[in-house]
Amino acid sequence: MPTTPRHRHGRPGPSVPLARRTFLGGALGAGGLAALAGCGGGSSGDADAGGVTFGLNANAAIPTAGYDAVFRAFTEETGTAVTVNRLLYTEQVNNYLQSAPDDVLIWNAGYRMRFFAEQGLVGDLSEVWAEVGDGVADGVRQACTAADGQQYLVPFYTYPWVVYYRPSLFAENGWEVPTTLDELESLGSAMQGRGVTPFAFADQEGWEAMGTFDALNMRVNGYDFHLSLLDGAESWTDPRVRETFRVWEQLLPLHQTGALGRTWQDAAASVQRGESAMLLMGSFVLDQFEGPDRDDLDFFVYPEVEAEHGQDAVDAPVDGFMMVADPDNRDGSLELLRYLGTGAAQGVYAQTDANTVGTAADVDTAAYSPLQQKFVEVLASTPNLAQYLDRDTRPDFAAPAVIPALQAFIEDPSGVEAVLEQVQQQAEATFVD
Amino acid sequence: MSAATTAAAPGRAPAPPRRPRRRGPRPARVVLHVALTLVAAAFLLPVAWAVLTSLRPYEETARRGYVSVPDTLTLDNYRTALQDGQLLPFFLNTVVIVVPALVVTLALASMAAFVLSRFSFRLNLPLLLLFTAGNLLPPQVIITPLVSIFRDVPLPDVLSSSGALFDSYWGVGLVHVGFQVGFCVFVLSSYMRTLPVELTEAARVDGAGVWRQYASVVLPLCRAPLAALATLQFTWMYNDFFWALVLMVTGDKRPITSALDNLRAGFFTDNNLVAAGAVLIALPTVVVFVVLQKQLVGGLTVGATKG
Amino acid sequence: MTTTAPAPTGTPPREAGRRRRRGAAHLGRRDTAVLAAMLGVPLLLSLALVWGPALLSVALSFTRWNGVGELTDAVPVGLENYRQVVTNYPPFWPALQHNVVWLVVFLVLATPTGLLLAVLLDKELRGTRVYQSAIFLPVVLSLALVGFIWQLVYSRDQGLLNAVLGTDVDWVGDSSINLWAALLAASWRHVGYVMVLFLAGLKGVDPALKEAAALDGAGEVQVFRHVTLPSLAPTSVVVLVITVIEALRAFDLVYVLNRGRNGLELLSVLVTDNIIGEASRIGYGSAVATILLVVSLGVIVPYLVVVLRERRGAS
Repeated sequence: MPTTPRHRHGRPGPSVPLARRTFLGGALGAGGLAALAGCGGGSSGDADAGGVTFGLNANAAIPTAGYDAVFRAFTEETGTAVTVNRLLYTEQVNNYLQSAPDDVLIWNAGYRMRFFAEQGLVGDLSEVWAEVGDGVADGVRQACTAADGQQYLVPFYTYPWVVYYRPSLFAENGWEVPTTLDELESLGSAMQGRGVTPFAFADQEGWEAMGTFDALNMRVNGYDFHLSLLDGAESWTDPRVRETFRVWEQLLPLHQTGALGRTWQDAAASVQRGESAMLLMGSFVLDQFEGPDRDDLDFFVYPEVEAEHGQDAVDAPVDGFMMVADPDNRDGSLELLRYLGTGAAQGVYAQTDANTVGTAADVDTAAYSPLQQKFVEVLASTPNLAQYLDRDTRPDFAAPAVIPALQAFIEDPSGVEAVLEQVQQQAEATFVD
Repeated sequence: MSAATTAAAPGRAPAPPRRPRRRGPRPARVVLHVALTLVAAAFLLPVAWAVLTSLRPYEETARRGYVSVPDTLTLDNYRTALQDGQLLPFFLNTVVIVVPALVVTLALASMAAFVLSRFSFRLNLPLLLLFTAGNLLPPQVIITPLVSIFRDVPLPDVLSSSGALFDSYWGVGLVHVGFQVGFCVFVLSSYMRTLPVELTEAARVDGAGVWRQYASVVLPLCRAPLAALATLQFTWMYNDFFWALVLMVTGDKRPITSALDNLRAGFFTDNNLVAAGAVLIALPTVVVFVVLQKQLVGGLTVGATKG
Repeated sequence: MTTTAPAPTGTPPREAGRRRRRGAAHLGRRDTAVLAAMLGVPLLLSLALVWGPALLSVALSFTRWNGVGELTDAVPVGLENYRQVVTNYPPFWPALQHNVVWLVVFLVLATPTGLLLAVLLDKELRGTRVYQSAIFLPVVLSLALVGFIWQLVYSRDQGLLNAVLGTDVDWVGDSSINLWAALLAASWRHVGYVMVLFLAGLKGVDPALKEAAALDGAGEVQVFRHVTLPSLAPTSVVVLVITVIEALRAFDLVYVLNRGRNGLELLSVLVTDNIIGEASRIGYGSAVATILLVVSLGVIVPYLVVVLRERRGAS
């Protein structure tokens, strides 16, 4: 199953102690560790009376350290302990939620949340929203709202999908940031003339190329079409979809070949080495750049294709937290979720993870890096924020139908007609209940 | 009796006296040796390549390419893999799952084999068929309902933090037992049939009950096949990737082989680390192979040739 | 110049003394209970963990269920899943085809290679143990690890293969070749497995026969054809079954290489994809699992019936 990686961090950062730990009130640093020898945490056992268990779906250093800091701050403020269990439930979330899940868990907005809300596996968080939802962008609110009009996810941060490049490389070649398709194409030719691949491109895991499809589809057909297509209301055999693929096919020569065997980390590395000039990716890709490489990085929003839509939409997936339907500690969970929805909590997290942007209206952006501040501007000035293909449609359609289709197209663009027929047939079989 | 122990292949009949060989290598032999040396080298190459890559610093390979003469050889990648990748707890998970599963599998299989090989009743053949066929099924055939069932079987919190068989060491261990017991029954019953019936008869006349006949007479004679099976089953259970992948969600509970997947995603970012991780993970089975090759091969072939 | 050697059966001479097995008729009550427990517990485990779920898989294949709630929540839909799988599930036919290719390559290339190596190593060469060990080594590695190790060989930018060949081939990402790359890695392990099995079988070939044939002036090839090969028949059956089973079970390797997509689809992967997933499509997955089950049993059952019958006849 695809998932835009919540955090897949490249180089190992500071070593993370064992998974299960409890932040005792006032504990400093990594004190108060209760690492159970060899046992990753499970869940149902509430480690401390009055504590909350938290499912962290990541095993890399940066998010782990970031959440550690956030929970420490929370415990200091409220006295409620948080026990973190490192899980890998991305693909198994269905079974996880039905076995003995933690009270609160990290998850994604959009359909990926809605499915579980409809199944009654997660709890209604409208009361938390009533307290922390003021000023949150409307698109974010929608992404956290299920079919019944209630919210089931407290948003934490977002990571816009934009085109990254190295200003130094552009400067030394006299290249300009493109704002239209024509400019993009002539820039691409110029880059190829200098022996540089215009776009680094990876699709080994299958979700990566969804970003390119989304960007082009929203530029060609607009945000509303993006939503209705993924809702099952429009057909994949529609000429408008065909047009998206026609433009993509036209641009494919500007992309690295061999995408299906390349990881997104390797695509980032090729930008870092100067072999490729641009990369369309979520902002989590910033992790792959350190020190001077990171300072030499900027981004622009995907160029306009149809004037009617301009650059009015961007993928900005939201991650946040759900509460299971029947938590061991409901009050503690709600208290934790209320805290996580605040700008203060998101500011604490940003001190560790400088690659995302908090969703709360009152996040202290003064502490943000220049790139983060630019993200905030883009998010504020873009009217339509999409969630990303695999969250704007049903999970049982995105992975089994769309991933193979995009991969087939990348490998052989000429067969796109047949591929789209198949996607549509699967959509019809899927969107029945 | 010359128990067809490990290789279960019957001992060679004594070879007839051969014509004396000519001294000195014949050209054909030399060609054969050269060819076999090349083949063996080709088989070792991927492993050797992994070892070499794991011993080189990332910076050097990045600068000069992976196929280059190494300047420095270092164990740094191993240190990084063990410390940052925290491999040790995963190894411990494997131990917690495999050791009990191994013991229980052999105990249960030897009992069933004893009954099936020493006593006749009408269901003998179908039961043996059932046991053995179960072991040959692809795991994917049974996994879907198994997940649902495991979700619903409660375990006390003392035994599993997940409160159910799902996402617990017990669940994965139990599947190993259920799946592997069939193969062991097949092998052990073949072997037990070769033991003279008089042995248990004598014990019975002396007043030994069924259990005594099994525990004091038959079991001690099965040391060789049990050792072979234990070696083989350890390797198989250690190498399992699929069960824990599907039956566990807590990343930190996974045994080492299944943890490969999460480690790669979050942590093994360059080939040098991948190689170091691979070598470390291969180490236990390779050690077993070096030390107990005979048992291992015996375990593999014992089921394949009819005792 | 043919030798007319009677083909030895490859089975060891049985112990002298007829082994009668006792019926369970004249056992005391206690002994009967003990026997029932000794057989019953393992049997129950096998039924509960293997056969029960296998039958449930079949049952689920006729239902629609998203994996939420209990098994009883599944809605019966008749043959709909099968219809969908064969007509409207693009990876299905490729997966089936890849499983067949996997099997054919194992049967036509890997298995004969293993046999050839076994025959060569069965000669009393000096150093034969060393050769055997080298070729057998991959067998002790898990297939997941095999995938891990071969990534170091196949990696496009950092791999051994492209560096040595001076090529820029995407061994894992290019769907026209990645199946062959995976098969090379899988065969690397399978050859050693087959070799060991045949070596054990070769030990059962009566050297006197080979000697006699050689004295009759038969060449090596003829001796192999008329003496060795017939003696290997029982081993060959086992190898054949193991080969088929291994080809049907293939999963770990492709899953590690690229999640079993884009040219590496296999039936086992499709089952897994449909059952672990946010919105599981249990019906689809179970339909594919049932197909896999039927094919597997089609190989397993005849083989076991023959083997066990023979065993029974021999006692």
